[in-house]
Amino acid sequence: MSSTTTDSTDVTWKSLEIAERPPLTPTQVAWRRFRRHKMAIAGIFMLVAIILYVTVGTFFFTEAEANYTDLSIKLSPPSLEHPFGTDMVGRDLFARTIYGGQISIIIGLFAVFVSIILGVLIGAVSGYYGGATDSVLMRFTEAMFNIPSLFLLIILGKVLSGKIANFNLLGRSFSGSVVVIIAVIGITSWMYLARIVRANVLSLKEQEFITAARCTGTSNFSIIFSHILPNTTAPIIVSATLLVAAAILAEAYVSFLGVGVQPPTPTWGNMLDQAYHHLEREPWMWFFPGVLILMTVLGINFVGDGLRDALDPRALSESE
Amino acid sequence: MDPVLELINLVVHFHTQDGIVYAVNGVSYAAEAGKTLGIVGESGCGKSVSVLSAMRLIPEPPGKIVAGEIFYQGQDLLKLDKAGMQDIRGKEMAMIFQDPMTSFNPVLTIGHQISESSIVHFGIGQKEARQRSVELLELVGIPQAVDRFDDYPHQFSGGMRQRAMIAMALSCNPSVLIADEPTTALDVTIQAQIVDLIKDLSERFDMAIIWITHDLGVIAEIADRVVVMYAGYVVEEADVFDLFENPSHPYTLALLKSLPRVDTYSSEKLATIPGSPPDCLSLPPGCPFAPRCVYAVDQCRHENPPLDQSSFEHQIACWVDITTGRER
Repeated sequence: MSSTTTDSTDVTWKSLEIAERPPLTPTQVAWRRFRRHKMAIAGIFMLVAIILYVTVGTFFFTEAEANYTDLSIKLSPPSLEHPFGTDMVGRDLFARTIYGGQISIIIGLFAVFVSIILGVLIGAVSGYYGGATDSVLMRFTEAMFNIPSLFLLIILGKVLSGKIANFNLLGRSFSGSVVVIIAVIGITSWMYLARIVRANVLSLKEQEFITAARCTGTSNFSIIFSHILPNTTAPIIVSATLLVAAAILAEAYVSFLGVGVQPPTPTWGNMLDQAYHHLEREPWMWFFPGVLILMTVLGINFVGDGLRDALDPRALSESE
Repeated sequence: MDPVLELINLVVHFHTQDGIVYAVNGVSYAAEAGKTLGIVGESGCGKSVSVLSAMRLIPEPPGKIVAGEIFYQGQDLLKLDKAGMQDIRGKEMAMIFQDPMTSFNPVLTIGHQISESSIVHFGIGQKEARQRSVELLELVGIPQAVDRFDDYPHQFSGGMRQRAMIAMALSCNPSVLIADEPTTALDVTIQAQIVDLIKDLSERFDMAIIWITHDLGVIAEIADRVVVMYAGYVVEEADVFDLFENPSHPYTLALLKSLPRVDTYSSEKLATIPGSPPDCLSLPPGCPFAPRCVYAVDQCRHENPPLDQSSFEHQIACWVDITTGRER
């Protein structure tokens, strides 16, 4: 009997403690909501694994080893010595996926960065100012849409290739073609984002809180950047994650068409491309880079999805 | 006493695909320091458009201020450029909106939004602005203002948001406070608190208040002078007591008759004004109220009566003297 009483007092004390705990900050709330999103956590693990793979892996293989050809062992299937097998000139695929991954991820992230800057700027200015500015910018966007992006990729790749010198970053030398590919993918992929941002800005600028902000004498610049854009982070994050995936794949096609990152520098994209003639007989050539691309893209998408739910302050009160 | 804000013969049109909307057709009124000017009228009669024009906040295009002058302390606002107008907004004239639920940006903290205008206009730092905003939140009666500064709008109730909205409007000590139906979205008890708060603040800071509403009860409580608008025209303007004692325009009279009263029998049906306000796309040729007016005579259907400004005390735009039912 007495034990029941203690139990119930315990419960009361506990609930009091909870009641007296200071309210959570928005960041804490967002983190809680993110944590609850199981797929997002899985996505984080996948991305962390990939990032560890492409960084820690460099301690086991040097870049020279990744590019070392040995025709006597060409097209050998996975073995203890070469866990992912070798390609048609006998390079170790395991080492190549490590170094190739770095480049693919860098291209994906930076190309999306370029694309976000262009898309958000053009979409926001177009939506906010409207009228002639909007017409000009949107016709330009449509024009970019209508030119097949593959064609643009080839032309830009041709025009820009060789214009940029090789450079060193993080103790690795990168071919200038990486920068070209980043620019080319960025320039050809901002249009959807611009349209999404424009549509959002169009509806947001009619909201009363924008009139209220104008009433306080806030300038157009800070209305766009500090009042309107924070309200559109969710669609921007979501399309950015999709774009990262698209950019990694776009890098694969341009490599295939001969204007991308050139071998021997590996990327997951050009490794897939080299597997083209070996689809049936040497499946390890496409399987490993393919799985790595898949994991990266899925991981980024899961995380993006979780972030979208976690960062939307309008949804904060609902699930608590 | 000189008015702080004065609108003279303001004409505002909206050019839409269906034609020109005659939203405001020659409206004049003035707001004095420490006094409250009430603007009453049905929805769509140009109340909000006239004050938004004074702030130069109507969307242009499609809106256009066709004629008239707007003086703020002797300065013609229509002649100011964009930057000049930005200096006035928020600092000299501030506005409170109808719906406190949609007037705050959901992704920015309340504190951020209140501080913004003092940072923009006074050029003070974040820390100083924070302190000032906390004081303002205390002034408008938000408990634990220091803690609530970092809250987001969804963490505030409707009444608290409206208080925060007032704090935001007051942050630069404006001389004119425009309240566009600030109590419409609130329940009656909160409504009374907000009315008292604004009344008190206007006396304390000697602000001119322009209070837009369609609630005559609120007007009776807060206004010193009342402008009655109909279809973009001022139809009657008078001191608040005079207006309620001797409503002289048929529209004002009809509005007052449509108020529910405590001293009538509950079996009596509430009086209404038959019909609906005219479409501002195509106003009737005569007095815009004539089709709904029980006193209307022939002249009313052909000629729009001008606002009789011969006496400042009580101005009416009507051909008929409603006490006798005859033409003036």
